[in-house]
Amino acid sequence: MTATTISGRRQGPATDLRRRRRPGETVIELLLALCGILSVGTTVAIVGMLVRDGGAFFGEIGVLDFLFGTTWQPKGSPAKYGVLALLSGTLLVATIALLVAVPLGLSAAIYLSEYARPRARRILKPMLEVLAGVPTVVYGFFALTWVTPQLKKIFPDIGVFNALAAGLVMGIMIIPTIASVSEDAMRAVPQSLREGAFGLGAGKRRVAVRVVVPAALSGIAAGIILGVSRAVGETMIVAVAAGATPNLTADPLKSVQTMTGYIASVAGGEGARGTTDYSSIFAVGLTLFVLTLILNLISVALVRRFRQVYQ
Amino acid sequence: MTLTAPRAPERTLQRTSKDGRRVAGERAFQLLLLIGLGIGLVVLGVLLYTVANKGGGRLSSEFMNGFPSRRAAKAGIKPALYGSLWLLGLTIVIAVPLSIGAAIWLEEIAPRNWLTRLIEVNIANLAGVPSIVYGILAAGLFSGLLGLGDSLWTGAFALSMLAFPVIVVAARESIRAVPPSIRQGAYALGATRWQVTRRSVLPPSIGGVVTGCVLALSRAIGEAAPLLLVAVTASFSTPNSPGDVFSALPLQIYSWTTRPQVAFQVNAAAAIMVLLGIVLTVNVIAIFIRNRSQVRW
Repeated sequence: MTATTISGRRQGPATDLRRRRRPGETVIELLLALCGILSVGTTVAIVGMLVRDGGAFFGEIGVLDFLFGTTWQPKGSPAKYGVLALLSGTLLVATIALLVAVPLGLSAAIYLSEYARPRARRILKPMLEVLAGVPTVVYGFFALTWVTPQLKKIFPDIGVFNALAAGLVMGIMIIPTIASVSEDAMRAVPQSLREGAFGLGAGKRRVAVRVVVPAALSGIAAGIILGVSRAVGETMIVAVAAGATPNLTADPLKSVQTMTGYIASVAGGEGARGTTDYSSIFAVGLTLFVLTLILNLISVALVRRFRQVYQ
Repeated sequence: MTLTAPRAPERTLQRTSKDGRRVAGERAFQLLLLIGLGIGLVVLGVLLYTVANKGGGRLSSEFMNGFPSRRAAKAGIKPALYGSLWLLGLTIVIAVPLSIGAAIWLEEIAPRNWLTRLIEVNIANLAGVPSIVYGILAAGLFSGLLGLGDSLWTGAFALSMLAFPVIVVAARESIRAVPPSIRQGAYALGATRWQVTRRSVLPPSIGGVVTGCVLALSRAIGEAAPLLLVAVTASFSTPNSPGDVFSALPLQIYSWTTRPQVAFQVNAAAAIMVLLGIVLTVNVIAIFIRNRSQVRW
């Protein structure tokens, strides 16, 4: 047990105290390790399940027909499974949601990070976070029974189910996602940058927009991408309010069906397990999983970047 | 604009019209930000008002104790409410120990190597997996392969997978907030690693861990998407054991909302009030725990 702490080397004592054990503790630690490794098991199970059952689907319907087909008609004869029809619905709703959530989420983030006093921040931030705590089926209800009737006053020919109401409400839902990640990034910007700008005569607005926002850009981008991922994966709002018509359209007043909405509709339709109809949800689920996985990986990488720059 | 009687002309910056514009611009910008922040909160207010306005009159003990019915006025939420409470209980039993265990392992025990790095990235990604994908997994794996059927177990596993990464992230943050000096002190007194973890690290971090659990569970209880493939939307019997088929409040709300008749939407609004009541109460409890248990080092 000779300690070698001479010459400031970053090596601890020769015997690491953390290595001492009492009988039984190895078992506890193994159990804890099992919990951690279980998370990898979940991912493996997801991928395995989606690939296995999605693969069965792709055996019947070609991958290319699936990826590049523009008609989604599982009930038609011949049945057509072109995922672009669903993907366009997903993208349309997500775009509307982002048009709402990015400006609102960013203004909330800038206000909370640069303007709000600590007291106001302590109250406003949890209130904003409640928006993320509201169950999404409740948002769906709100979109269908309140937002769409209000929109009808402006656009008389809007459908009962439409992409616009679903997108608007989804935008409200993802405000906290974008706001809290962006705010974290802005608060991580060192005070010295702000003071430097103030010293050069910049006003508060200029400091916020020209100094803090650019400095926090990778974090803000991470927040927005996380928001996109939420929007793409959100199910209940679109299942309730966006409709069930796989439509290759950019018209937000029309009914569309998203990837998640399709999975939900098959679930509700009691589609017999084992049919092509049922196995198509695994193919759609796989597409959805890959799409959100890519978005999440980008987001994680961006967050790590802003952490590295300022710490 | 010149000042006629300047007391200290050298030190007074003259206000020009440019400054006036600048001040106005600052004010306008700040107002704009506040409006941006406010819109979300206003919408939340409108949402709560709409729901209360529509469903408030429908809340009654018959509604709480009734069963789904083809006639909206006679329908109730008892099976769905019981299903949700069962799910909550089972999810606590499954998700809480596993995720806290994973968090402790990652923070206190795991060696820093590629494996832990992989697990960390993996958990971050699990947090972003769409909830309906967990539903597909539950339907395929737990209901199908493992033979649990469309039972409460399957539903609880789906919700547990959903809650797992959320709890892990919150618990890790709380554990990491305990300063290393606390651990070193305990090691110096001869404690083993597990003793350090259990006696010195967990007690001060338990507040944050519990808050994380409560928030994750409140999220899980409101989820409908992961249950769509494994539950019945409107169950006519209350579940008595974890092996039973079940419904849940969010699913009952979904089922009623998508009916064309207005009377069912009134039911949906009333059920939403019950669900929001549960979720918001749980959130308030979480905030309360967090405030009570904050340890300053």
